[in-house]
Amino acid sequence: MTEPLLKVRGLKIGATIYPPGEKSRHIDIVHGVDFDLEPGKVLGLIGESGAGKSTIGLAAMAYGRGGVELTGGEVWVNGRDVLQSGMGDKRRLRGAEVTYVSQSAAASFNPAKRIMEQVIEAAIGQGKFSKKEAEKRAVVLFEKLGLPDPETIGSRYPHQVSGGQLQRCMTALALCPQPDLVVFDEPTTALDVTTQIDVLAAIKDAIRDTGVAALYITHDLAVVAQVSDHIMVLQQGSMVEYGTTDQIINHPREAYTQALVSVRSIKHEEKAPTETPLLRTQGITARYRGTNFDVLKNINVGIHPGQTLAVVGESGSGKSTLARVITGLLPPSSGEITFEGRTLTPDLATRPLDDLRELQMIYQMADTAMSPRQTVGTIIGRPLEFYFGLKGKEKQTRIQELLDEIELGEGFQDRYPAELSGGQKQRVCIARALAAKPKLIICDEVTSALDPLVADGILKLLLNLQKVEDVAYLFITHDLATVKAIADSIAVMYRGEVVRYGPKSQVLSPPFDDYTDLLLSSVPEMKIGWLEETIANRKMESAGN
Amino acid sequence: MIRIPPAALVGLFFTTLFFFCAIFAPFIAPYGMAEVVGDVWEPSSSEFLLGTDSIGRDLLSRMIYGGRTTIFIATAATILSFVTGATLGFFAAVSGGWVDQALSRFIDLIMSIPSLIFALVVLSVMPTTILTLIVLMGLLDSTRVFRLARAVAVDITVMDYVEAARLRGEKIGWIIFRETLPNALSPLVAEMGLRFIFMVLFVSTLSFLGLGVQPPQADWGGIVKENKEGINYGIQAALYPAYAIAALCISINLVADWILSRTTSLKGGRG
Repeated sequence: MTEPLLKVRGLKIGATIYPPGEKSRHIDIVHGVDFDLEPGKVLGLIGESGAGKSTIGLAAMAYGRGGVELTGGEVWVNGRDVLQSGMGDKRRLRGAEVTYVSQSAAASFNPAKRIMEQVIEAAIGQGKFSKKEAEKRAVVLFEKLGLPDPETIGSRYPHQVSGGQLQRCMTALALCPQPDLVVFDEPTTALDVTTQIDVLAAIKDAIRDTGVAALYITHDLAVVAQVSDHIMVLQQGSMVEYGTTDQIINHPREAYTQALVSVRSIKHEEKAPTETPLLRTQGITARYRGTNFDVLKNINVGIHPGQTLAVVGESGSGKSTLARVITGLLPPSSGEITFEGRTLTPDLATRPLDDLRELQMIYQMADTAMSPRQTVGTIIGRPLEFYFGLKGKEKQTRIQELLDEIELGEGFQDRYPAELSGGQKQRVCIARALAAKPKLIICDEVTSALDPLVADGILKLLLNLQKVEDVAYLFITHDLATVKAIADSIAVMYRGEVVRYGPKSQVLSPPFDDYTDLLLSSVPEMKIGWLEETIANRKMESAGN
Repeated sequence: MIRIPPAALVGLFFTTLFFFCAIFAPFIAPYGMAEVVGDVWEPSSSEFLLGTDSIGRDLLSRMIYGGRTTIFIATAATILSFVTGATLGFFAAVSGGWVDQALSRFIDLIMSIPSLIFALVVLSVMPTTILTLIVLMGLLDSTRVFRLARAVAVDITVMDYVEAARLRGEKIGWIIFRETLPNALSPLVAEMGLRFIFMVLFVSTLSFLGLGVQPPQADWGGIVKENKEGINYGIQAALYPAYAIAALCISINLVADWILSRTTSLKGGRG
């Protein structure tokens, strides 16, 4: 066995937190983690948010983000304990021996400097290469990572390349100083699925070709299965399971790992469409003020009572705009919307109260969808008071009924949103929508910001509520696994058009059009070797390129 | 139990002291406000703690009564400027479109005229009563509050919870006072401290120029004006109001800083 490149022993990490209205106190966020990483190997760190993945990743550079302290244990890199080394030694470590790729390349690149300047900065600053050598190296890396025009792309500014390309530039930045270890912190999470697959393939090739070791941090087990040799599952700062990728994916031992592997196992029987749809859009075309192109082009879809229409597509495909048009926030330039047989007025301001009540909306970010200064009771109670004039005891009882319905129970009425977890917040938003007794709820990416297990809970809740309340959903998402789990019919959107629309079984079975094929095949599967297979079989270039 | 940092404690102590003196002036002041009790510019003694002023009134009593006038005018004007400025600012931000444009450009127009000159022009034609002063100062200063309130509210009105309220069909009053205002309070409160100080300086300046509070009514700016000749003879009388203004200024800001840091750390929490 070779000497490990990175050896972590009993790593303990703490942080100081400032809970509202209380004294600040110290908490432990990582409780003694051990692992080894051999040269040229890839270790996947996986877990939900708050599991300590990123914190452990940064600890490999002997670094803790603001307020985070490395309180105990050892981190050995190339045979020395970097937690004990001085500031100068840490500087020589970071950017030379260990480098870092962050989740959002757009937020990490300096928008005022050209890409090349930033890619070679660490390599030159650490004295590893001269400027000429570093530039030459960068061009080779650009080419290896499949970037277009590798010779000249470095002279562009970060905003002049796409998100997927920028993420690859960042990988080049990390590989340029010829490090021994790269920490990848959710490098593909912010990307669309069809872009993610390319970036993933590029990263994997680059790791293999340069022989660098990597820590690959992600919450998506299917992604990590494609790139890593070993996987470590973390939960709330402790290791749950460690093993080879094959063992974790195919024979998980711990219950938590099994839950992660089998996530999205919801079974939903597709319902047959009814005679008359509840809501129908006819030839909807829309554009934003001051622009000269249509964001939506001739959209014709229908939603049947008590059923779910999933609108799926990548960012920029017009999904959310469709929601804005239906709710009346953005009047369409042509076309009309019928709801229960009557035509809805295009502008929100002129709609009768009943139309507003019967059409509710749930947002992606539950955080910003609730006023931080209102209690849960006020948030849920307002629609009751506003639409039905409920007051006092009657209102309290109804609020509690709604809280029970979203499985929260007693004791939540007086809480503020900041005192709820992400999943609970989204549940309160669902209760607010239900309070209006709507016929249709528009769900705009409601599970995208949540951890997979929490998202699963929300989807199950939505399905149950649909049975009980007989409410229809317009479910906007980019996640095909979610679509498969809950849809009755599906509309696939691409660049403002619906390219495929029909009952779920029909949309998801061949023959496919090119875009739907690309989209369906790009969703990572929990299968080793899936990435290579898919890349080899593709018909269409991804939309992000 | 709330822990108050030492700096805020000092600020709180002096602010309370100033307001206490202002409210209970008649009970605290050793002599009457306009009572001539001694010689011109007597030095400080056990009888007259700060000495006497240019016509032999007790300076300490003048200072206490002056503080009462100055603080009252500044407080009233600050409240007026916040009520007007914040309401209009929120209204502009929530309405958007041409309402916002019209209001904002009108405010720009007023702001383009230096407030002191504006005030001097108005006061030279209007009767200089305390009410005129308060209304004038409050309205002039509300332009600045408008700017801040609008900027803060524009950030809030793009939040999903405001969109949710619009989708629910809420009227503008609910959106302004129930969705926007509670979330805009902390920057506004911090600004309030600053604006209050600006008001103190403004009313003092006007009085010093002779267009503010009229004698024999005491106020800090007026005391400087009455005693400014004394400086030539090494008499401190004109400096005491300056010390008072500085002390009030610093202590109010210490309190405002503390409130701001407290409310931001509570952002989204109770409080």
